[in-house]
Amino acid sequence: MASYNTNEFRGGLKLLLDGDPCSIIENEFVKPGKGQAFNRVKIRNLKTGRVIERTFKSGESVEAADVMETEMQYLYNDGSAWYFMHPETYEQIGADEAAVVDAVKWLKEQDMCTVTTWNDSPISVTTPNHVTLTVTQTDPGLKGDTASGATKPATLETGAVVRVPLFIDEGDILKIDTRTGEYIGRHKE
Amino acid sequence: MVDYETLIDSLPENWQPSASLGILKLRADKLRSTRAFFFDNGCLEVETPCLSNSIAAEQHIEPFKFTFQNEQYYLQTSPELAMKRLLASGSGAIYQLANVFRTAETGCLHNPEFKLLEWYQPDWTYVQLMQQVDEFVRLIIGTEIILQQTEYFSYQYVFQKYVNVDPFADSQARLVKAVHEAGVNLTGIALESRDQWLDLLFSHVIQPRLPKDTPVFIHEFPVSQAALAEIKESDNDKTPNVALRFELIINGIELANGFQELRNAKEQLRRFELVNENRIEQQQSPLDIDLKFIAALKQGLPKCAGVAVGFDRLMMLALNKENIQDVMAFAWQTK
Repeated sequence: MASYNTNEFRGGLKLLLDGDPCSIIENEFVKPGKGQAFNRVKIRNLKTGRVIERTFKSGESVEAADVMETEMQYLYNDGSAWYFMHPETYEQIGADEAAVVDAVKWLKEQDMCTVTTWNDSPISVTTPNHVTLTVTQTDPGLKGDTASGATKPATLETGAVVRVPLFIDEGDILKIDTRTGEYIGRHKE
Repeated sequence: MVDYETLIDSLPENWQPSASLGILKLRADKLRSTRAFFFDNGCLEVETPCLSNSIAAEQHIEPFKFTFQNEQYYLQTSPELAMKRLLASGSGAIYQLANVFRTAETGCLHNPEFKLLEWYQPDWTYVQLMQQVDEFVRLIIGTEIILQQTEYFSYQYVFQKYVNVDPFADSQARLVKAVHEAGVNLTGIALESRDQWLDLLFSHVIQPRLPKDTPVFIHEFPVSQAALAEIKESDNDKTPNVALRFELIINGIELANGFQELRNAKEQLRRFELVNENRIEQQQSPLDIDLKFIAALKQGLPKCAGVAVGFDRLMMLALNKENIQDVMAFAWQTK
């Protein structure tokens, strides 16, 4: 079984803790001058997304988690699974709802995203920070109102609803920040 | 054959200093103030070797070592033993700005090579020395931090106050419970010794809770953590024997470690042997004991107090930097 010594700890390293795959966010070396050394780490559980703090005795080895992050293309959803394809090997994998839950409202067929697998099964899908999506439904646009700062709801092709300025019309292509769910601007071809 | 064309196109980009030139100039000013302080106090600057074939045996400090002419050599983890050989030769008060080396120590407060400012005052008690450390540290920090009145807390007091345990009397199970109560989640192999649990509580819970912007001296350590300090025997059943050792902590940073220096050669030899026995038990290699140092003790070390200040950490406080790399010209880097 692969493992890491605490002296290899750094941000992004994937460990197996209590049976769950985790990623190190922050590693702090703590040592009284003449005393025992420790590694105090902030870790994200990759299945639940929860962030926890753990302390290890320095020098200890911790089991590695076989976690891979791969850029893949979203293909389609058959009602029970979401399918992704590797752009070079054309290999396809299906992810369940738990894995796509945070990404699903921004997922458009053909778009690229990051699929995180653990022991070859997908555990999470991350969309790019910025995506471009078409407006499928919104109240008619108020032409010329680019300054008032007022907003209205708009439904996008993926089903997501975002607040947009009043001048936006159905059929407009918008740039959205997926981390905040906020409208950034109109997409210029 | 070296392909110079390829090599010159793929040179490392991170060749520049880790500290800014502005910081390095301020650091040079602080070094000058440090030397002036000791000159004004009649303390002689000395230089002892970085490289030696023996070393101070410590349980939790790992030296860099290598073989030269079939003999084991060490980069010094502290200038202490050589400086005490000078004291035993009649040097009087001495100080040194020594670069020292410790493996497996990297982080915001640790660099494998760092600078210790170490000094010794013959005929002083460690209480007098704490006061001089306070005076010196305040001088160097200057106006960067508005420091509050200095606190002097015993090791026992801070454990009772901040984690509600008696570090001398309470059972190991009670210490473990205090770790859990403080929300520290220790994962993996459990710690073996009482001192390790005390270290965990001290570093994770007590140190961050000490008063801010205040020099805090912690003194009177458990005898199991005496290292090279003299032991004060208790004269009653209620109080434990304690090591006359102190540490200075400012804003969570351990800045100095000092002793009323142990002068008994046989006792010192016994402690080094004990460290080596523990090291073997923990699968660490034993270290070559400096018998010339033991010989110096046998001949007679003057009654004295000594202290080592982490100079780079002092620069972090004095120059308001959060990473030790920001105050060193070239911090440790992997290739």
